[in-house]
Amino acid sequence: MHPASSVIVFTVLSGLGLGFLAFLGIGAITPIGLHAFILYGLGYGLTVIGLLASTFHLGNPQRAWRAFSQWRTSWLSREGVASVLTLLLMAPAAIGAVFFNFPVETFGFPAALLAILTVFATSMIYAQLKTVPRWNHWTTPALFLTFALTGGAMLSAHTKLAVVLCGVLGLLEIFSFLQGDGRFAARGSTMETATGLGKIGKVRMFEPPHTGSNYLMREMIHKVGRKHSQRLRVIAVVFSALLPAIVLLVLPVTFAAIGLAVVLHLIGAFAARWLFFAEAEHVVGLYYGAR
Amino acid sequence: MTELPVSTKKKLGLVIDLDICVGCHACVTSCKGWNTENYGVPLSDMDAYGSDPSGTFLNRVHSFEVQPEKGAAQIVHFPKSCLHCEDAPCVTVCPTGASYKREDDGIVLVNENACIGCGLCAWACPYGARELDQAAGVMKKCTLCVDRIYNENLPEVDRLPACVRTCPAGARHFGDLGDPESAVSQLVEARGGFELMPELGTKPVNRYLPPRLKDKPAAQPLTSLIEEEQATGFAGWLDRLLEKF
Repeated sequence: MHPASSVIVFTVLSGLGLGFLAFLGIGAITPIGLHAFILYGLGYGLTVIGLLASTFHLGNPQRAWRAFSQWRTSWLSREGVASVLTLLLMAPAAIGAVFFNFPVETFGFPAALLAILTVFATSMIYAQLKTVPRWNHWTTPALFLTFALTGGAMLSAHTKLAVVLCGVLGLLEIFSFLQGDGRFAARGSTMETATGLGKIGKVRMFEPPHTGSNYLMREMIHKVGRKHSQRLRVIAVVFSALLPAIVLLVLPVTFAAIGLAVVLHLIGAFAARWLFFAEAEHVVGLYYGAR
Repeated sequence: MTELPVSTKKKLGLVIDLDICVGCHACVTSCKGWNTENYGVPLSDMDAYGSDPSGTFLNRVHSFEVQPEKGAAQIVHFPKSCLHCEDAPCVTVCPTGASYKREDDGIVLVNENACIGCGLCAWACPYGARELDQAAGVMKKCTLCVDRIYNENLPEVDRLPACVRTCPAGARHFGDLGDPESAVSQLVEARGGFELMPELGTKPVNRYLPPRLKDKPAAQPLTSLIEEEQATGFAGWLDRLLEKF
């Protein structure tokens, strides 16, 4: 699949922002006054920047409000509804902490739950697609949720929890990389099932339908950069999980140490998310003799 | 709404005969023509006269080579458009309700005024039946020529999808695949029509009829058309001598 930068920025930043808001919501840290203003601002900022970035890949973003209507069947719609509800419900908690010097968990708990549900809905947009076997698996929501919680734990300075979550995240990434490699074959879709000509024999592409490219090929058949995938997998695991864990274990808990850990984590998260798209193979490629 | 109907009164669809299709792409051209001038925004082309032309098509003809275990390979021309699936994954993923499946005839359509162009439906379709128009930013797909088949302004003979009407070889058939008595259902029954990628559970309505197996290849390979000229006399002696070195 084509790794569109808008969607990568969206899923990484809003995941981190929502994870952090969840920690703020349950009162895992209880900032007040200016401190609260900065921290809630960070959580809101990351989430909103991410959500805005997601509209950049739309053909007609001016109609985006319509996307709130189909929550009964569509994970994309559910994500939209859940994200807006999260930001609305978190507001009383944020205002209470910033202006009235008391942390409000009454609104914080449901908002935290919604923040996690939003991340889950985002992951299900990908995990629901039978057409992309690598995504169509429980590891997709597990990875998105662990990324959000790990980043949230770091930003809220729960270093011990963050280190544990880094461990879980690293193992989960390695497992999903390796297990994902065999999933296209396991799905059983081949050029023979795609064309129904398997009863006659082995099928290969003779002539594509056109000499140039098309939307489907640009969007679903992405080969550029897959040759670097092994190196990027190492970068993803080392930066998103290993290095932040070492930083948090070795350095004293200071603003700078947490900042460093988060920056390292984000570099790894961007590499992992780029791979998430670039390595995903869509079954439509079979009609083009490509993956 | 993007909830799929429990059942549809009809299952309108296409039956494509891979034994007959000659790969002329007339259906591609007539589809592009009709659907550029009628329902919805035109099917745009990008860089049409430049070095990297591409465009939106609702129907494309692929060509495959099938190699049996024994004997010669055979070429199969393979037209592909929306299969109007009963369990259409493209419809349920739509966040705006722009994609829908009609309860009356089972046609899957896009309300272009509600489409935000997120592209998720194209991701959900295994068959590559949906293409995001790069000029209008909305999703385009086969409408089964919904503006022809019920159009009383057209002569009755033309009330068929443009691709079916235009196919010079008669490789395309249109009808109600939900009615076992219909001509298309009978054809599927008689010829062993099959569906594409059944393992993905989309329950496509369109069916494909298998190509006949190739005749046995000739026992003798073809003899060369021109006999190699053999030099005689002195030239022949020289020729044989030179071959030794």
